Amino acid sequence: MKRERTSWGRHPRVTAEREHPVSWASEALPEPPPGGSLLPHGLGRSYGDACRNEGGALLTTERLDHFLGFDPATGVLRCESGVTLDAILRLVVPQGWFLPVTPGTKFVTVGGAIANDVHGKNHVREGTFGRHLRRFELLRSDGSRRECSPTQNADWFGATIGGLGLTGLVTWAELQLRRVSTPYILQETVPFENLEGFLALLEASERDFEFNVAWVDSLARGRHLGRGLFYRGDHAPPQLDAVPRTRAPAPRLQIPFDFPQFALNRVSVAAFNALQYRLRPQGLVHYEPFFYPLDAVHGWNRIYGRQGFLQFQCGVPMTLAGTDALREVLDRSAHSGMPSFLTVLKVYGALPSPGWMSFPQRGFSLALDFAHRGERTLRLVDELDALTRRAGGRVYPAKDSRMSPESFRAYYPEHERFRGYVDPAFSSSFWRRVNGAR
Amino acid sequence: MKKVLVLGATSAIAQATVRLLSARGVALYLVGRHAERLEAVARDARTRGASRVETEVLDLDDLSQHEALVARAEAALAGLDGALLAHGILGDQAQAQGSYAETEKVLRTNFLSAVSLLTPLANRFESQRTGTLVVISSVAGDRGRQSNYVYGASKGALTVFLQGLRNRLAPAGVAVVTVKPGFVDTPMTAAVKKNPLFASPEAVARGLLRAVDAGRDEVYLPDFWRPIMFLIRGIPERVFKRLKL
Ligand SMILES: Cc1cc2nc3c(=O)[nH]c(=O)nc-3n(C[C@H](O)[C@H](O)[C@H](O)COP(=O)(O)OP(=O)(O)OC[C@H]3O[C@@H](n4cnc5c(N)ncnc54)[C@H](O)[C@@H]3O)c2cc1C
Repeated sequence: MKRERTSWGRHPRVTAEREHPVSWASEALPEPPPGGSLLPHGLGRSYGDACRNEGGALLTTERLDHFLGFDPATGVLRCESGVTLDAILRLVVPQGWFLPVTPGTKFVTVGGAIANDVHGKNHVREGTFGRHLRRFELLRSDGSRRECSPTQNADWFGATIGGLGLTGLVTWAELQLRRVSTPYILQETVPFENLEGFLALLEASERDFEFNVAWVDSLARGRHLGRGLFYRGDHAPPQLDAVPRTRAPAPRLQIPFDFPQFALNRVSVAAFNALQYRLRPQGLVHYEPFFYPLDAVHGWNRIYGRQGFLQFQCGVPMTLAGTDALREVLDRSAHSGMPSFLTVLKVYGALPSPGWMSFPQRGFSLALDFAHRGERTLRLVDELDALTRRAGGRVYPAKDSRMSPESFRAYYPEHERFRGYVDPAFSSSFWRRVNGAR
Repeated sequence: MKKVLVLGATSAIAQATVRLLSARGVALYLVGRHAERLEAVARDARTRGASRVETEVLDLDDLSQHEALVARAEAALAGLDGALLAHGILGDQAQAQGSYAETEKVLRTNFLSAVSLLTPLANRFESQRTGTLVVISSVAGDRGRQSNYVYGASKGALTVFLQGLRNRLAPAGVAVVTVKPGFVDTPMTAAVKKNPLFASPEAVARGLLRAVDAGRDEVYLPDFWRPIMFLIRGIPERVFKRLKL
């Protein structure tokens, strides 16, 4: 069935977009449509307009999904860029390997993971996806092909990782996987009373666990501001293989239609939060619910209704100004009357990415989801953006549909250098917006 | 099926089937026209667990090569017990109406080349008294319609040929599976506007292997096409000829 192509947040709506399926890595790129441009497209799991190209064409990579080789002795995997993280896990987990870095959904492509230089719950230890890339091929609209690695065409390597699909089409990539003994994660869930409680747990967690992430009750205020649950864990060691464990996830739920506007309100969010607060998974859990809790509900973005939603994800430094900004962002959204459905707090380590435009920097990351209620939602998110800027933080393009050109330039100091590597035939709705063009 | 010859291996349905077969650890001999595409499919199959993958670049419209091709495949895999015929073209109905040459092209690729391949394959499988021939025909072969009767005729002829072949090979224990997909979302139908009747190549491949495993003779994919085609075949010709189909 032909579904309407949307970004994950289903906002902004883009109407005039062509699609060019790319089925073979050996093929040349098509001509851009008259007056338009090209943009690679993975699974559209970016929330805003970084994966959209109004008036242009999308190079869709669904069929660019061949594995090119996997060495179970070394864990080096080579595949085309439309291969999904899901397909990789299905291939390698039974052979004792895992992704070194994974975002909160496995329904993203390798190309999308490179272009947004995605990160996971282990940023402190492993950094971003880009750090685990050994090489890839970049195909430009002039027909040239460059093999890029940290040592070969290193500038193109740096420009393309986190390069938002603008430097050309990544046709294939080679990544280094990591060994695991089991498909399980040894998990611990620790409640905290407020933001200070979170900060108090942080040091020991970072030291003792690879994976760290916290869920925050977005409705808690006052001295409970920032209350939530700290989830931490590690890949389970082999000797635990005999311990009882949660089963692999049950059959998938499917959200069959767009929820009406009234479905998401203070009461339903409060009920969800109360339930969440009570669920505290412990012990051995399968990697799927640990890394991909939302993937169990297919099309969950539809609970936000036709208008879609905005996610706001900011990173702020680990300074007083940074923690103050976190507190203020939480406080503003708790008092906004537009509660965030899902609020996630993470830490980023100091490991640098090879990508010039990569988002994560040492500090905290806070992500909030807001149902789109028109102007007032946009105004709220603008305020959160201003707070982020003042604290010396930055906003994640993969989750953005509204940052201003000024903010973009302030957040990404490398943008000037990057600009020189953008393919003249490539562009995106996001790129035109942050460059002040429509 | 443990040692399988795949003809038209870079087609979307063949690729999806090759992936499923690879996960079962089969040995494959893949034939296609484009060297680089074939190489991508072969690497994918190896990575997914095919025990052995050989490739051959060949234009199957060259019927004179078929005998030798089958012999090479058999030699390369040290035996052969399965074949998937997945090569085919949609052609252009309007052009075919204007030119016999275009019509012949469709008939040659979809029907004659299949017959020419099935002849040596059937003889080998019959004498070794084992094997499975899986051939992709189409629902379009069930009844001629003005919008694509040239393609339909090529597939209809193929369906009838397979019926006869099945009848002949049954005593030898050789299976002949006729696969009749409806609309499939592949590069071949890229120009066709999609509707809810379109199935993915992956879904078709799963249905195809299920049919092979279950020893079916003929399968519509997805199965809702069986009742639809039953109804369409039942419309009297007097009425049918006035329909805009
Ligand atoms: C539930 C959920 C949880 C998430 N959790 C996280 C998280 O924890 N951490 C995180 O970092 N992100 C997270 N994300 C965001 C997601 O990981 C990124 O947006 C990712 O880039 C999406 O990949 P995609 O394949 O869907 O690409 P798309 O969204 O389709 O495209 C993303 C970008 O990649 C480019 N691109 C795609 N393919 C290619 C190619 N072959 N060559 C060059 N450029 C290409 C596109 O042009 C675009 O700029 C999450 C998203 C969801 C929906």
